[in-house]
Amino acid sequence: MVWINSIVQGVMLGGLYALFAAGLSLMFGVMRFVNIAHGDFIVVGAYLILTFVVSWGLSPVLGVGMVLVLLAVAGYMNQRLLLNRVLGKDILPPILVTFGMSIIIQNGLLEVFSADSQKLQTGWLETTSVQLGDQFAVGLLPFLMFMTAVAVIGLLQFVFYKTPLGRMLRATSDDPEIVPLMGGNNAHTFALATGLASLVVGVAGIWLAMKTNFDPAAGPARLLFAFEAVIIGGLGNIWGTLLGGIILGVAQTVGAQVDAGYQILAGHLAFLLVLVIRPTGLFPKVSH
Amino acid sequence: MTKLLEVSGLTAHYGDFQALFGVDMQVEEGETVAIIGSNGAGKSTFLRTLTGLRPSKGQEIRFCGQQIAGLPADQIHKLGLAMVPEGRRLFRSLSVEENLLIGAAGKRKGPWDLKKIYDLFPDLVAKRNNPGTALSGGQQQMVAIGRALMSNPSLLLCDEISLGLAPKVIKDIYEAVPMIRAQGTSILVVEQDVSQALAVADRIYCFMEGRVSLTGTPDSLSKEQIANAYFGIGEAA
Repeated sequence: MVWINSIVQGVMLGGLYALFAAGLSLMFGVMRFVNIAHGDFIVVGAYLILTFVVSWGLSPVLGVGMVLVLLAVAGYMNQRLLLNRVLGKDILPPILVTFGMSIIIQNGLLEVFSADSQKLQTGWLETTSVQLGDQFAVGLLPFLMFMTAVAVIGLLQFVFYKTPLGRMLRATSDDPEIVPLMGGNNAHTFALATGLASLVVGVAGIWLAMKTNFDPAAGPARLLFAFEAVIIGGLGNIWGTLLGGIILGVAQTVGAQVDAGYQILAGHLAFLLVLVIRPTGLFPKVSH
Repeated sequence: MTKLLEVSGLTAHYGDFQALFGVDMQVEEGETVAIIGSNGAGKSTFLRTLTGLRPSKGQEIRFCGQQIAGLPADQIHKLGLAMVPEGRRLFRSLSVEENLLIGAAGKRKGPWDLKKIYDLFPDLVAKRNNPGTALSGGQQQMVAIGRALMSNPSLLLCDEISLGLAPKVIKDIYEAVPMIRAQGTSILVVEQDVSQALAVADRIYCFMEGRVSLTGTPDSLSKEQIANAYFGIGEAA
């Protein structure tokens, strides 16, 4: 029974990892661009919700709305004003710029919030559980976190495959040179992609704040989990990213069940195993 | 007739290599104009410069009376200049219909919509949900032409639309040209197939080594004149 419980907890945790990964996957999918500061932006989202709700005493709903809007706008502007300038055939400049951004964000957060570990207390949400059948119960918070991940991934899938914006994002991903001949503005489309990814980063940051302790240096580890989830799931496949997150989460909780010290290692080993067996990930992009 | 496109003294360079040497060209409203010439004559470079895919700052390109040299490609497209690129360049992750809809992203008003495109190319109706790149070469070319028309352009540029297609398919594709014209869309085709170009065009321009070597109406030009201008035969004489 404890093993089944571990797996269920792992699935819920996988939802958080999928949220970490979705923005990264989206930006890579559209621009072939890896944002090294991705994890740090998630941590920024966590600090923002903490500031709005705890320090400023705003209502949670207003706080969440403000985090999402702020990050989406910041993401759009960051792409439009800075990252578009370094995008090109050479993959090194964007990696260097976002690596620098990562260092700046971590030090900025350290300056403002100190190195103390923080967590957003959620009160009754943390102590309430949901009954799954006769034998199982999962915490309401992890359950909501997982359902958020499913909703976010579903929404991204909808935007990508059912809307004019998604059509333009896919076309720009396929052949950015020719899209301007159809009236598309690549700088704007790339910025919209980053804005959308940053919105998801905001959602991930809010759940990070509620789920676990975080500090200004927590970003790189989130980036690593996000990378692993994306690669296990297969690049460019949005639902694959959710499954990648779940596999990573389950590996970690099952590892922790064997020995508490094995949690992180088990996740990395699962990632390594997938890389060895299927280097393209379990569910690589299929053209429809 | 009013002038739709006026190009004066257009030059283009690839590093130290000069591809175009002072090309002049006009296209009137309602006209079909063909550019012929062998490989490397500068035809595609000319079209790419018009559409903004290649830099043109400081040059003299007027479209509908407006100076468009130096404008980005998406803004030139919004003014009503659309291109069917060489090699079709369909978006591989988009279905046929999505490829067509992308063309309408600029939301220009005009006669062309999905229904009109399917009327023009009925073969595409059954394939509308297939990936664009899963079609035969001829059908892909129809999608590429339809995609450009969906933006309701005043001038449609077609770059080597017969390239790599069977003669029967080329004939089918070129049968669409008069129908496109009937909707009031002017056409500028770049073509290596001289007989096709002569059959559809009101006027032709022959390019050789980056210069206009001959211009005139198909009726007024002899085969010898065209052969000379196309291949440079008899230049020394």
